Amino acid sequence: MKEILRIWCKRKWLLLGLLLMGGFPGLAQIDSAWSRTATDTSRNKMVQDAIYNRPFIQLGKTTTAVGGYLEGNTNYFVTDGISEGYSMELRRFNIFLYSTIARRIKFLSELEFEHGTKEIGLETAQLDFEINPAFNLRMGILVVPIGAFNQNHDSPKWEFIERPLVTTNLIPSTLSEVGFGIHGKVYAPQKVFTYDVYLVNGLQDGLILNAEGRTSLPAGKDPSMFDQDNNGRPMLSTKLAFRHRKLGEVGISYYGGIYNTYKIDGIPVTSKKRLALYALDFNTTLGRAVVNGEFAHARLQLPPALGPAFGNRQAGGYLEVVYTVLQKTLLDYPKTALNANLRIEMVDYNIGQFSETGTRRRDDIRAIVPGISIRPSANTVIRANYRYHWTRDLLGNPPARTGGFQVGFASYF
Amino acid sequence: MDKTRLLAMALSLGLFLAVVACESLFPDNIEPEKLLGEPILALAPEQQQSHAKGDTEFGRVFGVVDGLGPIFVSTSCESCHIGDGKGHPTTSLTRFNRQDGLDFDPMISVGASQLQHRAITGYTPETLPIDIKGSTRLTPPAVGGLGYLAAVPDADILAMADPHDLNGDGISGVPNYFPAPDFFEPEKFHLPDAAGRYIGRFGKKAGAIDLLQQVANAYLLDMGITSEFLRTDLYNEQLGNHTGDNIPDPEVPGSVVRNVVLYMRTLKVPPRRNARQPEVLAGEQLFIQLGCAKCHVPTLKTGLSDIAALSNQTFHPYTDLLLHDMGPELDDNYTEGSARTSEWRTAPLWGLGLAAEAQGRQVFYLHDGRARTLEEAIQFHGGEAAGSRIKFTALPSPNQKELVAFLQSL
Repeated sequence: MKEILRIWCKRKWLLLGLLLMGGFPGLAQIDSAWSRTATDTSRNKMVQDAIYNRPFIQLGKTTTAVGGYLEGNTNYFVTDGISEGYSMELRRFNIFLYSTIARRIKFLSELEFEHGTKEIGLETAQLDFEINPAFNLRMGILVVPIGAFNQNHDSPKWEFIERPLVTTNLIPSTLSEVGFGIHGKVYAPQKVFTYDVYLVNGLQDGLILNAEGRTSLPAGKDPSMFDQDNNGRPMLSTKLAFRHRKLGEVGISYYGGIYNTYKIDGIPVTSKKRLALYALDFNTTLGRAVVNGEFAHARLQLPPALGPAFGNRQAGGYLEVVYTVLQKTLLDYPKTALNANLRIEMVDYNIGQFSETGTRRRDDIRAIVPGISIRPSANTVIRANYRYHWTRDLLGNPPARTGGFQVGFASYF
Repeated sequence: MDKTRLLAMALSLGLFLAVVACESLFPDNIEPEKLLGEPILALAPEQQQSHAKGDTEFGRVFGVVDGLGPIFVSTSCESCHIGDGKGHPTTSLTRFNRQDGLDFDPMISVGASQLQHRAITGYTPETLPIDIKGSTRLTPPAVGGLGYLAAVPDADILAMADPHDLNGDGISGVPNYFPAPDFFEPEKFHLPDAAGRYIGRFGKKAGAIDLLQQVANAYLLDMGITSEFLRTDLYNEQLGNHTGDNIPDPEVPGSVVRNVVLYMRTLKVPPRRNARQPEVLAGEQLFIQLGCAKCHVPTLKTGLSDIAALSNQTFHPYTDLLLHDMGPELDDNYTEGSARTSEWRTAPLWGLGLAAEAQGRQVFYLHDGRARTLEEAIQFHGGEAAGSRIKFTALPSPNQKELVAFLQSL
């Protein structure tokens, strides 16, 4: 019996190890500190803390601090032998404003300028009331806790120029919503546990019949989400996360509810349609390597006659490894870190079969992204990556192949 | 530097090299003989630019905010004509008809004879009316080379017609005449009949006279997008009214439709492959000997065109653009214009061997995709084509393979 228990215990850890290392590509942060030291799984900081885990500069003797980051890059891509040439872009310029209004009341906002002034958005404007570390109230425009990247999306924290596809094309990062709810953190020896529960207005009708021509959660974002709900039925966003100080962090999250406008002036015009989005994320440190992953699965109720281009199930994920090759003083920058990085990722936009032929629907994208990054300081990253992706259409015809190089930078200020 | 770091660097480098060694660093061009959506090479620069504009519009996906629907079949041109190739059964549309004697009722008063089986939120998709005579499903055709077909003079089409089979070969090609829409702009080569009708040449039943009519109809009937040519959203029989969305009509200007027309006119013809292989050459001879070429006429010639690259061009579409009786095997009890329900316009065979490149590495032949192999498609040929089918069936297997190899080379 003792032998059986011993084997079981061994297998249990083996299973847990597999789960953490690859069985569940989840999302994860690359905390800048980790890429410098690669030993900080002992910290209490978790994905939930990411929005406050940023450098701020205090304004004089006031209780207000400011911060922000800047991100830019170059692109050169070729698709099936055709290239639009070389281009440069300034993707983001974000400004944070943080204030401790009272001892246990905090305010945080983030204003984002994308591609210069092409898109300007208020990404965060939230108030936190701490009752107890295990019980806090949050309200305002908040970053919903679906997956990990959405909460921990600051570019200077990441070693790759592009965000993971699953976090942009499936989970519509950055997904900010008007809402309220509770969150908290519970400590135990070697372990930390966090939870988040919020009610938000939710994604809207653009999930379907949009300019993407497919079911698209990003297309469900609408400026009116900050104004009023389209159906009077808030969506629920919730997350549970667990961190073992030696093993790393795992989070599971849910976001969903009724997304469509099902009545106009009180008169029902269609049936209620529900969205359910689940995500699993993890991050861990293995020696000098930081491993991150995120997996998401979306299921939607759709109008019956929408056609096969609009799938009712989508899934995707990524797995990446950031390996600190060396860390030393370089050009008088102390503790400069050089990282070798690799990401694999995919998103299937349409899981299912054609009713007419019984064959599988496709419409997916897969990518592999090797790269390097240099961190002359913890808050600044210079990065370069090669990117190759395969894009298949709905019918599964030979994929369009895209390959190219990107070089960029991102820095907090 | 310790061994672990060296090993990690070597691994990283190895991974990188493995990635780039699998395929070239920058993906190569698709083999030209497999490309359908390319422009004619001889276009002038400004025509290339308009072609590119049309290409963009062809790929544009319409959402609710763009005026999609309210009832529709698809959300973009490209979602049916994927890769400009032959469509898939899942992108097929349904047409139905009423008939009064031999006269076709286009059912304009009830939203025309095409089913819009999809709808935006708050609207009811159409269902087939109960008092129809028949219906058919039509897979989208490939769109390459249509500019050449559009430039064939009516006189040449009529020269191939033999409605009363005066030559006694059992083949009687018939032109399908239609009243032209208000916006039709006849070319010099368009010849109206005594009733002022024009020969249709596009669509499975030759139901559209020219590409402008075809494209404007597709915007409205397939996507519910009104244009300067067809300004009113569709009638929905289930609703009992014309539908209406929140987008002012016309939802696209005439220039958009015209750019798409120019795009389609200036797509190159589907490229041939392996044309000089002995097996293919033998199959080509069989194609003629079996009488297939009497309807699938190999060579046509364009007349004068406002696009110089299309003027006086000899090309090989394997069609005569005429209606032929295909017998009960392909009679869906559906018709358009003056065609009988068993009559279909001769399908161009060019691009046949590239069907799998656009149909998801499978093939679905004939007007509704019912045939899964070329042999099966031939077996569905009845009526005027029955003689050729019987001859094909009687061929020894190696000869059948030669004929199929020829068809695959088109």
